Amino acid sequence: MRRLISVASLLALAALALLGGFGEPQFSDAEKKTIASLALNTLPSLKPDTTNQYADVPAAAALGSTLFFDGGMSRDGTVSCSTCHKIDRQFQDDLPQAVGVGHTNRRTMPLAGVARNPWFFWDGRRDSLWAQALTPLENPLEQAGNRAAFAHYIKKRFGERYERIFGPLPDLSSVPANASPLGSDAEKAAWNAMPTGQQDDVNRVFANIGKAIAAFERSIEPEQTRFDRFAIDLATGAKPEGNAAFSPEEILGLKLFIGKANCVTCHNGPRFTDNSFHNTGVPPFDGLPPDRGRVDAVTQVEADPFNCIGKFRDGDESACRELRFMVKDGPQIMRAYKTPSLRGAAYRPPYMHAGQFSTLDEVVAHYSKAPPSVEGVSEVHPLDLSERERAALVAFLKTLSD
Amino acid sequence: MASIWRYILAGLGLAALLVGIVAAVYLTLPQPAPGPDLSRSKKTANGLFVASFEPERGVVRQGELQSWLLTLKTAAGAPVEGAAITVSGGMPQHDHGLPTSPQATDYLGQGRYRIDGVKFTMSGWWQMRFAVSAAAGSDSVVFNIVL
Ligand code: HEC
Ligand code: HEC
Repeated sequence: MRRLISVASLLALAALALLGGFGEPQFSDAEKKTIASLALNTLPSLKPDTTNQYADVPAAAALGSTLFFDGGMSRDGTVSCSTCHKIDRQFQDDLPQAVGVGHTNRRTMPLAGVARNPWFFWDGRRDSLWAQALTPLENPLEQAGNRAAFAHYIKKRFGERYERIFGPLPDLSSVPANASPLGSDAEKAAWNAMPTGQQDDVNRVFANIGKAIAAFERSIEPEQTRFDRFAIDLATGAKPEGNAAFSPEEILGLKLFIGKANCVTCHNGPRFTDNSFHNTGVPPFDGLPPDRGRVDAVTQVEADPFNCIGKFRDGDESACRELRFMVKDGPQIMRAYKTPSLRGAAYRPPYMHAGQFSTLDEVVAHYSKAPPSVEGVSEVHPLDLSERERAALVAFLKTLSD
Repeated sequence: MASIWRYILAGLGLAALLVGIVAAVYLTLPQPAPGPDLSRSKKTANGLFVASFEPERGVVRQGELQSWLLTLKTAAGAPVEGAAITVSGGMPQHDHGLPTSPQATDYLGQGRYRIDGVKFTMSGWWQMRFAVSAAAGSDSVVFNIVL
């Protein structure tokens, strides 16, 4: 009788262990590999930016941070980068389209990990972090300033700090108060009347403003989330504890994300982006001017005097391969936009390049239906997800924010 | 005490039977279709050249701009010099092209051409197509790369 009991209890134990095993998340080796490739611990350390020799100079980053939050860096003295890129809101503003001096046509982008991008803006019309920073400064709807005014302002407010980093400021005494090749007619006329050497001097100060701001932005990095803790435990075989454990719904969502729903084809790597441009059939936002995305950005980045092959780049031209080998035409770049990172997305609706969708449910419903694009061809195909599957995807996306 | 061993033996027997059944089921399952031809060296479509395509640094890394080497020999094995090469490609299963426009940037001698600006942004099946024109004529070749 004793023996029978001991054998029975052995069997029961084995059965329990088996059941316990089935209760655990079951992932194939291929799935495990994909999950591991998404975890934040696979993010490589930030590469130096050879096009900006001040990128890792602490004094430059400190000045950049001052400028980022300084309303004085705008025409009316009230708008700074931080008006739209709010430090306590993942460096974005929760609006469908950003509002600066005027109402813009695009959604403010969050900045975590931004220094790792090869391209900037939704359409990638700038090719470096420092060249990007110069654009809102002169955009009439954002900070609405002009480069001559910025040079004077830097000299007056931050002259000493500037010179300690970048060397002596040029003589600005004969530079007009307001002048820029991109400004109002009067500003353009004033710019065109300036001798080339003086234009170069002002451009140099302007580029250095961008380089200081970029040095600051390099410190903005993504943070570890519940998903990362789950992924690390899965990789090491540890049992996820506390909030690192996933609910069955979150596990289903993860499986869909890397499997049947194909999200991981574009949202891949530890930042959940392939850094590339795709038409995903997102409809235009009613009432905004036509927006063709990447196809129009190509000529803009090529024409930008502050691009990588321009004379304001530091280091050599070997850093310019993204620009050199970019896709310049073809149907695939019509209404193509940059794949955004999904880290933190759950806490920052609305979504897409003009805030077209106000919830993650709407986003997932869009992918499930995959309507054709108004122009160009959408790369996503209908998934016909059930309600349960859609909810699971949303539940998984939330694990990238906690 | 001896009889517990009998139980264990019986248990082992059962386990062996189970393994046998699982193996039989596994073996009779349909085998996955053979993937695309992954050879890194092959004849061009009309047999004019023998082409090989290798990453210059030996490894393929997803998401990085890399340079590759395309080596061109005639059918007789002589290096092909002065070839004009155009590059295209994409992901056949996603109907999209390459995320970059790679180009033949340098001739390195012995029929070797550097193809720079190659980037594979996602895992899966990629194709790289080369149209080659040289003294011997024009031909093309497609390489499959699976990440
Ligand atoms: C009026 C609001 C506003 C202001 C002010 C503003 N931005 Fe932006 N920012 C945006 C919007 C909107 C986008 C996306 C625009 C687009 O794609 O056309 C953006 C995009 C960016 C990007 C690209 C991120 C990426 O992933 O590609 C960076 C970097 C950035 N801004 C930094 C700055 C800096 C630095 C400043 C100050 C010099 C600044 N922004 C001022 C609204 C603003
Ligand atoms: C073909 C590439 C591709 C695939 C596949 C893809 N996405 Fe996207 N995703 C993008 C692009 C590009 C955008 C930006 C589109 C725009 O603004 O017009 C985007 C935007 C998003 C956003 C909005 C983020 C923000 O900050 O605005 C979410 C959320 C998202 N995708 C989730 C998913 C999910 C979930 C799946 C799978 C069901 C998926 N994506 C599949 C490329 C893709």
